[in-house]
Amino acid sequence: MSETPIASETVDSVSKVEEYKGLYSWVASVDHKQIGILYLIFTIIFLLLGGIEALLLRIQLAQPTSTFLSPQAYNQLFTMHGTTMIFLVVMPMLIGLATYLVPLMIGARDMAFPRLNALSFWLLVFGGLLLYYSFITQGGAPNVGWFSYAPLSEKPFSLWTGGVDYWALGLLVAGIGTVSSGVNLITTIFALRAEGLTIRRLPLFVWMVLVNSFLIILALSILNASLVMLLADRLLGAHYFRPATGGSAILWQHLFWAFGHPEVYIMVLPAFGILSEVIPVFSRKPIFGYEFVAGSTVAIGLLSFGVWAHHMFTVGLGHILDSFFGIASMLIAIPTGVKIFNWIATMWGGSIRFTTAMLFAVAFLVQFTVGGLSGVHFAVVPIDWQTTDTYYVVAHFHYVLFGGTFFGIMAGIYYWFPKITGRMLSEGLGKIHFWTMLIGFNLTFFVQHILGLIGMPRRVYTYPDLPHWGMLNLVSTIGAFILALSVLVFVWNIIASLRNGKPAGDNPWDAWTLEWATTSPPPVHNFDRLPPIRGRRPLWDFTHPDKADWKVHEKNGT
Amino acid sequence: MSPLLSGSLFHSSPFNPSSPHAQVISDLFILVLYISAVIFLVVFGSLLYAILRYRGKPGQPDPAQEFGNAKIEIVWTALPFLIVVFLCVFTVKTMYSADPPAKGGDPDLVIIGHQWWWEARYPKSGVVTANEIHIPVGKNFLVRLESADVIHDFWVPQLSRKMDAVPGQVNYIWLQASEAGTYLGACSEYCGAQHAWMRIRVIAQPEAEFEKWQQEQLKVPSKPTTGEVALGAELFERLTCVNCHTISGTIAEANVGPDLTHLASRQTLGAGILENTPSNLARWLANPHAVKPGVLMPNMKLTESEINLLVAYLGTLK
Repeated sequence: MSETPIASETVDSVSKVEEYKGLYSWVASVDHKQIGILYLIFTIIFLLLGGIEALLLRIQLAQPTSTFLSPQAYNQLFTMHGTTMIFLVVMPMLIGLATYLVPLMIGARDMAFPRLNALSFWLLVFGGLLLYYSFITQGGAPNVGWFSYAPLSEKPFSLWTGGVDYWALGLLVAGIGTVSSGVNLITTIFALRAEGLTIRRLPLFVWMVLVNSFLIILALSILNASLVMLLADRLLGAHYFRPATGGSAILWQHLFWAFGHPEVYIMVLPAFGILSEVIPVFSRKPIFGYEFVAGSTVAIGLLSFGVWAHHMFTVGLGHILDSFFGIASMLIAIPTGVKIFNWIATMWGGSIRFTTAMLFAVAFLVQFTVGGLSGVHFAVVPIDWQTTDTYYVVAHFHYVLFGGTFFGIMAGIYYWFPKITGRMLSEGLGKIHFWTMLIGFNLTFFVQHILGLIGMPRRVYTYPDLPHWGMLNLVSTIGAFILALSVLVFVWNIIASLRNGKPAGDNPWDAWTLEWATTSPPPVHNFDRLPPIRGRRPLWDFTHPDKADWKVHEKNGT
Repeated sequence: MSPLLSGSLFHSSPFNPSSPHAQVISDLFILVLYISAVIFLVVFGSLLYAILRYRGKPGQPDPAQEFGNAKIEIVWTALPFLIVVFLCVFTVKTMYSADPPAKGGDPDLVIIGHQWWWEARYPKSGVVTANEIHIPVGKNFLVRLESADVIHDFWVPQLSRKMDAVPGQVNYIWLQASEAGTYLGACSEYCGAQHAWMRIRVIAQPEAEFEKWQQEQLKVPSKPTTGEVALGAELFERLTCVNCHTISGTIAEANVGPDLTHLASRQTLGAGILENTPSNLARWLANPHAVKPGVLMPNMKLTESEINLLVAYLGTLK
């Protein structure tokens, strides 16, 4: 890889794209900032849809043997909730943030392939629409869960619904867009860095997006191929996953989780990147152990492709395979732990400012640790034999993806909203948002650990009136409503702050990466000029010429 | 069964094991929970200290800028690595004691998952039943798991690991109960509309009682000759019931739905959804979909008198 950045020439040579105004610009734009904002709007809409689905599920489960929802409706809703949150909320929210921020953070004019960038986004929109169109088709939405296990997802068992076809087609369309995003981000990061911004000086968010983009193009390609196979089974009478005619039900699981586990890291790594930007700025210290935070990301990326069968410990693969995948999964705890320690060490000795962004980052650390530790439980194979496919899993992955990733995204939104819009989000509403979300989240999901351990399987539309089951489920439902309230506060904060928020200025947090070196919001060409880049914190060096990072490193010989 | 846990929150959980196999998993689980708690306290404690001790005050100058420390990094990479090595050893050891390989032995019990009920066959005695599985206390049963349609998962937390029933594949588990009693379980792999009502009851009985139960299950019910019961039996054979169900000694020999030969000896109907009483059976026969929406048994559109005759007949099948 060339260490000579080529960005400065590129910035000069790109002819000025005509600036579109009004509604048309939001459809026709190839500007990464507009597309990034479109991603965020799209994902917030789907967040509300996925959230409503979750509330309906929780109402149904609030008491035993409830008849609020039919089993068919419940099964459709949990399938749509999972699919929506993963494919239409969390992953595109992170990709949207990356689309907006990566060119700015590396001092570039735009993404490497601006038209491909627009295509990625619009494929996602149409994929989402295809998926949701299933609700009004005969038989309704897909009802086989977000991992669509064969042969339940095959024709003989879901003959009466086209939902599974819409599910596969929708994800395929969106998935092609996602792979394109990965290609685009990798090229952008490798080819368009500003002069002086070497790979070793990249902001950690960009580092994690880079690793993440490799995961995306490898993992999503596996999913896309598997979806084509499933569609071939369903629509063309192929037999890949149909045991009755010589196919293999387990093959689907191997393929799906070969995508599905890297997918978990695709949803986590950029959030790690957000934390690695937010925590240093609000602790007023550089990240502790930059190389170790970046290196552990690469380790997680590599390991993530060798652990998929830990989703399959009850399939009957045999003890040898189970041990291999169990041990490989446990290893991931090591680089993940390294990150947690480095974030805490960054705060250690700092001067911490508890902005809303920082509060979300701190809550992330606690909740993600809980989710990470319960994750290790599933790698200890015999514990998985008792807990998999119970509410213990539901609690675990919500602690990782909601308590972790989503809180990380919230930290990122409070941190970068001023840059994106030119206005500050209200800190007062932000704190109400934070505390209601913290309480709602933990109330909803902590008790689900216990429900799993006392025998409640996941994906059940109702349950018998066994001791304590009703009470614990009711607590979880109450938590879900508090959580919903917090989301409304968040949306209200966005709307109110867009209208009357305090003007942000270029660099309201006194941060030090390049996106803060331009106006808020940035002009269509991003930068009029860039500060000299001689280290990882160009703006710190600029404002502290005596204590510039590169001078410190020169003096220490590091 | 630990007396501490009877009636408590964790009564039917993996933490209240009643077999040597479930016991070793419980022990490992508790060990790992302790380790997790210690790690959590270390992380949470240092985080709490950092946010309390290093809270910034307005106007405070920037703190000393440190960039890292390779020695500390090595320590906090190596320590988790040691914990992982320790866990690996216990994991693999426990796998073999909780689930010793079956080595191709003849199964004592064959359990077949159906949408949405469990078929249980005892190949050594020939008993066939559904959803309620009887085992003799203290005996280690080798169970072969199969599926008739989609993937199901057999899970009774107090007795054994869970294991999938996969179409086109056979899996084995060990099932044993150290004490007499009823152990609750459920299907633990999403399998369609009525995944929720695919519950399991394992009834562990002293050996003699179990033998007696087997003998009773093997009895062929005598053909009723008089009254409502005879009319019910005749109706059962005349309607399409026989296309799906089996009752020994009659023309009903199909295996799509549960074997009804000793239906009245079971505690529940519909894989756990209703208590097995004559009025509930009547409710079920009147319209199974009103009780268990999506169930594969069709609504037979029976008249009230037909239902009464069938309930009278089925009630004799003890």
